[in-house]
Amino acid sequence: MNKPIRRVSVIALLLFLSLFASSTWIQYVKAPELNSDSRNVRSLYREFGTNRGAIIVGGEEIASTIPSDDAFNYQRTYADGPLYAGITGFYSVIYGRTGVELAANEYLNGSSDALAWSRLENLITGVDPQGSAIELTINPEAQKAAWDALGDQRGAAVAIDPSTGAILAMVSKPAFDPNDMASHSSADVRATYQALLNDDGNPLINRAIAGDTYPPGSVFKLVTAAAALEDGYTEDSQVDAPNTYRLPGTQTDLPNFGGASCTPGETMPLSDALKISCNTAFAILGNDLGQEKILAQAQEFGFGDSIQVPLSVTPSRYPENENDAQTALSAIGQQDVRVTPLQVAMVSAAIANEGTLMKPYLIDQVRNPDLSVYSTTKPDAYGDPISEETARQLTDMMTSVVADGTGKAAQISGIDVAGKTGTAETGGEASAHAWFTAFAPADNPQIAVAVVVENGGSAGSEATGGAVAAPIARQIMEAVITK
Amino acid sequence: MSIDTPQVRTRRGSELFLLACGLGIGAMAYAIIGFALDDSIPAEFFTFIATMSVLGLLLHAVIRKAAPFADPLIMPIAFALNNVGLAMIFRISRAMDSDLATKQLGWTAVSIVACAVVVFFVKDHRILRRYTYVTMLSALVLAMLPLVPFLGREINGAQIWIHIGPFSLQPAEFSKILLAVFFAGYLVENRDRLALAGPKIAGIQLPRMRDFGPIILVWVTSIVILVMQRDLGTSLLIFGLFVAMLYIATERISWIVIGFLMFSVGVVAALSQFTHVQSRFDAWLHALDNEVFNAEFGGSGQLVRGMYGMASGGLFGTGLGEGRPTIVPFSYSDFIFASLGEELGLTGIFAILLLYVLFVQRGFRVALGTRDGFGKLLASGLAFVIAWQMFVVIGGVTRVIPLTGLTTPFMAYGGSSLLANWVIVAILLRISDNARRPSPLPLRGATGSEDDGTRRRSAVINDANVQAVDPHDQPEQNTEHFQWMNQLDNAGTQVIQRRDVISAQEAPATTDAQPVAPGGESGRPTTAPTPHAAPSFPSARSAQSQGSPRTSPDLPAVPQPEQDHTPPRYSRREDSE
Repeated sequence: MNKPIRRVSVIALLLFLSLFASSTWIQYVKAPELNSDSRNVRSLYREFGTNRGAIIVGGEEIASTIPSDDAFNYQRTYADGPLYAGITGFYSVIYGRTGVELAANEYLNGSSDALAWSRLENLITGVDPQGSAIELTINPEAQKAAWDALGDQRGAAVAIDPSTGAILAMVSKPAFDPNDMASHSSADVRATYQALLNDDGNPLINRAIAGDTYPPGSVFKLVTAAAALEDGYTEDSQVDAPNTYRLPGTQTDLPNFGGASCTPGETMPLSDALKISCNTAFAILGNDLGQEKILAQAQEFGFGDSIQVPLSVTPSRYPENENDAQTALSAIGQQDVRVTPLQVAMVSAAIANEGTLMKPYLIDQVRNPDLSVYSTTKPDAYGDPISEETARQLTDMMTSVVADGTGKAAQISGIDVAGKTGTAETGGEASAHAWFTAFAPADNPQIAVAVVVENGGSAGSEATGGAVAAPIARQIMEAVITK
Repeated sequence: MSIDTPQVRTRRGSELFLLACGLGIGAMAYAIIGFALDDSIPAEFFTFIATMSVLGLLLHAVIRKAAPFADPLIMPIAFALNNVGLAMIFRISRAMDSDLATKQLGWTAVSIVACAVVVFFVKDHRILRRYTYVTMLSALVLAMLPLVPFLGREINGAQIWIHIGPFSLQPAEFSKILLAVFFAGYLVENRDRLALAGPKIAGIQLPRMRDFGPIILVWVTSIVILVMQRDLGTSLLIFGLFVAMLYIATERISWIVIGFLMFSVGVVAALSQFTHVQSRFDAWLHALDNEVFNAEFGGSGQLVRGMYGMASGGLFGTGLGEGRPTIVPFSYSDFIFASLGEELGLTGIFAILLLYVLFVQRGFRVALGTRDGFGKLLASGLAFVIAWQMFVVIGGVTRVIPLTGLTTPFMAYGGSSLLANWVIVAILLRISDNARRPSPLPLRGATGSEDDGTRRRSAVINDANVQAVDPHDQPEQNTEHFQWMNQLDNAGTQVIQRRDVISAQEAPATTDAQPVAPGGESGRPTTAPTPHAAPSFPSARSAQSQGSPRTSPDLPAVPQPEQDHTPPRYSRREDSE
């Protein structure tokens, strides 16, 4: 019987060999695939079970991680959730991450290559690994001012330091509370998420950079004016400014806002046309310049670019291949021109910074778990969309807009403010969006802002950029300048 | 005549040392878990150490007393596996806030004591042969017990549990031992009929129809278990065990072919009739499909979660206490292997699998080393059933075969399984002790005595004949030998064998006349002029050719297979005579 016993023992060995092979297959060969399977909650546990780094604004942790008693060991909390919701985004067991939580994830969870040494130390010393802290460029006063000023209105506000590109404020309304999304109860999170999705205010969208882009209306006249100045016009150049302008090739007459006259005569200086935001003058100017030049100017300001701050910014759009009528309408920010508030703020910031556009950024510093600074963002030029001279002339023109034109509501006593209003037709029944973009002080800019209030906000159809959006911009600027 | 009991090393010292190693592994695992979970030695640590030390030493002491020549590896391996399993269950029960670990420690105590009791009271494994048909009956009854109303309970779709008061039992775990005893007893008596009689078709020796009876019975049993209890695992376990033992007894491939054909028929029929079997196959073949993964019943969710767990362990594991094994349902029983894979990594489960390999191979060594056919069949059957159960359960967890519900021997949570497998340890210890124990009987001299002379020599022969001589040539003679041997094994228990004894005593003379080339079958170089092969023992020579120097009962067995190359110490003494 020994022969068959030996044979069976070999069979038993083969059975075990198959188990060695299958274990290796699962734990080694297929492991990367299994670990990244979307249904594998372990990856989530691994992710959520780390002591995630804080997000810091003005020395305060706006997002932090505290120990919890549940399976994850840690719970993400947001000190002033809704105020910073657009920036931090949410961090959900079920729905993943958005905002800075997404963009800076590998620093926050400590998996960045930069933290390899720190991880090794932790491994040896037995300390639980901890993620890096992210310090934002946000100025808490400006953020709070923007939040309060927008009130219950739908819209967004962005503020940039024109000399560096640092984003000082970024508010989107309505907002949500990321604390609700950070709950570890999947039922709660699902209910919250569904409610937020069904909310017609789309609170999950950060309107400042990544909402449905808006028609800019008259704030786009800054781009048209910049293109004109770069093309040889000056602020004193006389431009045609009729009461109505029949769009080329159509039977449509373009009126001025409210049907008013821009000037008693036929022409007016470019600076006056901007000051009172004369539609016919800029429509004709647009046709005179031609689509190509305005498009080129818009692109130099950043239109069409995918920008990461490091949150992804929806590219703003200036349409191509238009006929003359469309070009005329695009020149005043209607037709198919679409912008993000950040893009509008970038236009103002470039004008404020003597023609040099700085790359906008949100992360100031990355701090190691021991709070030492790992990296600091160095301001970086995005480009030079306009010359210094063009910038100076545009600044003058914008200063007169606030001093004496449509943007009086943005005046700050003792300080020259440069701004531009916009009231963007949305087409159809809805009221126009109220826009205002500005920078101040005009002679030594510290802040550039852009504000949009959807459908005129609480003022509704009566709203204009000057009436609704300009005061908000003023409050944001005051928060930064007067401190 | 004075008898010098030869010096065969008992190797109990090695056993004690390995036992301490196993205890050390378990203690370290407990401590690591404690530090991982709450930075301190767990309160249960000392209870665990104390209980396991007492149990290990108790069993060791009993073995020293009652089975001093038992294999020194089998018990420590089972002990180590039991310890690691306990630690894992402790870790999981902490995460689940349950008292599984305490209960399992209790079951371990019961099981190891049971093992000691069996080793102590069952002085000779051949006693079990007396109960061949009793064990069959009780195995069948046990297997069917869960179907009894009020007694059985359906858990997770399979009706494999019985409940008596507060206790629940998985009787199938015990039926596997009983069936192994029955198969060994039945096959050792009938192996020749099964092997040799019957028509030969296409080069395959087919068995006679009337020999089919018991096989049909086992087949029906496993199909009934499959159908009525919806327990593919036990069904597979029983049938696999039977086919393997049938093959060992008869050496007929045809039995394996017939066995698997019959089982396949049953499985295919079950597949077409029962949705739960279908879904098991679906979950196996299409485990990662979203639809199957998310299926509410019978999906692959558990299987795939186990795979996720193993994958997250990678090569070195998360470390004990650092993973999340509780995500997988039944992480402490059916899926304990996945839990181990997660926290100990591929390295850890390789080590564990190697322990099982070692255990099983030691079991087969015991089978090779023992003298009687019943012991050979029983030991190899029990060794195989452990391997086969590991394959069925781990193969299910790692997607080699469809997932069935069986427990991982020695490690998974569950009293029935632990108890049954420790009884297997006891039986293997007993058989190995008998195999290695130097014979207390005179080495030679009493040649005229039927008791130790001729009988023992002829006992040696029968393997020789089976192996070396083509059984086709001398079917009758062989049959006689086997029957005679049966009679030897349980002399006095079966009246009809009186006659066989006489014929058997005469038979060796003829068969022994055919010396077989040394190392012919096994290729072992040790065989030819071994010290045993005294001229006056022609039968011993042919036995040696089988590569099993221990088959001569009147000579002390060589302690370990590894030592086959070393002439045993007593050999010179014999030679000098």
